[in-house]
Amino acid sequence: MKQVITLSVNGDPYTVAVHPWQTLNEVLRENLNLTGVKLGCGEGDCGACTVLVDGRAVSSCLSLAVEMEGKEILTVEGLAPSGETLHPIQEAFIEKGAIQCGFCTCGMEMAALHLLEKNPSPTEAEIREGIAGNLCRCTGYAKIVEAIAAAAEKMRESSERKSS
Amino acid sequence: MRLSHFEYRVPKTLEEAIELLESGGPDARLMAGGTDLLMKMKHGAIKPKLVISLKKIDGLDTIAFSEKTGLTIGATALLADVASHPDIIKHYPAVAEAARGTANVQVRNMGTVVGNLCNASPAADNAPTLLAMGTTVHIQGAGGKRDLPLEQFFKGPGLTALKGAEIVTALTVPLPPLNAGAAYLSLSARGKLDCTAVGVAAMVTMKKDVCDDLRLFIAACGPTPLRAPGAEEIMRGKTPADDLLERAGEQAAGEASPINDLRASADYRTRVVAVLTSRVIKEASKRALKR
Ligand SMILES: Cc1cc2nc3c(=O)[nH]c(=O)nc-3n(C[C@H](O)[C@H](O)[C@H](O)COP(=O)(O)OP(=O)(O)OC[C@H]3O[C@@H](n4cnc5c(N)ncnc54)[C@H](O)[C@@H]3O)c2cc1C
Ligand code: FES
Ligand code: FES
Repeated sequence: MKQVITLSVNGDPYTVAVHPWQTLNEVLRENLNLTGVKLGCGEGDCGACTVLVDGRAVSSCLSLAVEMEGKEILTVEGLAPSGETLHPIQEAFIEKGAIQCGFCTCGMEMAALHLLEKNPSPTEAEIREGIAGNLCRCTGYAKIVEAIAAAAEKMRESSERKSS
Repeated sequence: MRLSHFEYRVPKTLEEAIELLESGGPDARLMAGGTDLLMKMKHGAIKPKLVISLKKIDGLDTIAFSEKTGLTIGATALLADVASHPDIIKHYPAVAEAARGTANVQVRNMGTVVGNLCNASPAADNAPTLLAMGTTVHIQGAGGKRDLPLEQFFKGPGLTALKGAEIVTALTVPLPPLNAGAAYLSLSARGKLDCTAVGVAAMVTMKKDVCDDLRLFIAACGPTPLRAPGAEEIMRGKTPADDLLERAGEQAAGEASPINDLRASADYRTRVVAVLTSRVIKEASKRALKR
């Protein structure tokens, strides 16, 4: 039997009727058309499906949608809500050439956001640990790590500007 | 890879969860983080008709510490929260490190330490350290509550001492004596990410520079995490010098019973047990002397 859940996705409230066996990934992609949320392995290994739930990075392919009642979800679509101005993480990925085919990018950026919100000045080792659950078949990771370091700097600067 | 169909319930109390589990029989499964359970369902290994979430039961996510009672880790406490908890990092660094070394960021934000134990994989990364530190498992079922030493909890791959409609409510880890130190070392193909090929944990109690006591446990080298009593005996009453550590390592390798699988060959595992054992005893004794 379907259950009705109310949740917030990228700041907007949604009420959706879901089967208990539907994953968060299926509901975001199929019911809400948020296809920035990718489906790679479907088993928690690749990180392509990463979204933030109440600020924590999780694999949407291993989360049940019914468990999302009252939760705040952030997907890559919510990183640049205007569709015009990019988030510093997205800017840095473009500037550093951290994107090739792009399939891993959305999940990578969400894992990066989770990391930088907890740790605004990560070391290289901490960045690598932060994206250890995200596979990239194209870039060899070096440019992704550079991009996250650059994004950290951008985000620190803009928060300093705001506080001064 | 879609999930097979099931009914999903979210009890608010343990009593309600036990009742559901009892009425569902073998078709019912408990779910904490679901990172093991949903994987098995996706692979079609199990097809439960009823999934009972533990997440809305009040107080089950506790992480609490006191000098007297030690550390309590509730059934729904997340791996990520155990890994970063200040009291655990301070008093039980090996427990925090084992949690931090489990899986990846996303899985640690979903999965639990208790789920890792209840899944009863011989390779469970949190088992060896908790075994070495003398953890007690708190269990509640239709017949009431009972406590079990973690050492008696694992019965085989995927098998635990839980009977019928029993639920693990929490673990307690006693505060180690001031002259004790613990450590966990593991090895796997992709750093710490994938399933551990070999893991070894030690708790060493030192009297001056002599090893007064040692508890040594090995993961992924038998049907359950294993204790290595022969290696422990070699160290007791002696100074942990390099040649003795090497002998203890060889003894532990003899006590392990690894198999060939996709993660490593039995032969490789045996050699790695020897190396990790001597390294982990050395590290645990160093920590014991520092405290
Ligand atoms: C990509 C990936 C990587 C992984 N890497 C590792 C790794 O490196 N090391 C490692 O050890 N594990 C790893 N795992 C396995 C898994 O993430 C861990 O075992 C995790 O700790 C399980 O916790 P959970 O809360 O998700 O358990 P669940 O899936 O919710 O439960 C696991 C089992 O225990 C039972 N159960 C849960 N809670 C209770 C309870 N309170 N009482 C009784 N029974 C209960 C459930 O019915 C189920 O059978 C990995 C998994 C994935 C998907
Ligand atoms: S699709 Fe979820 S981790 Fe790969
Ligand atoms: S850019 Fe292609 S997978 Fe990462």
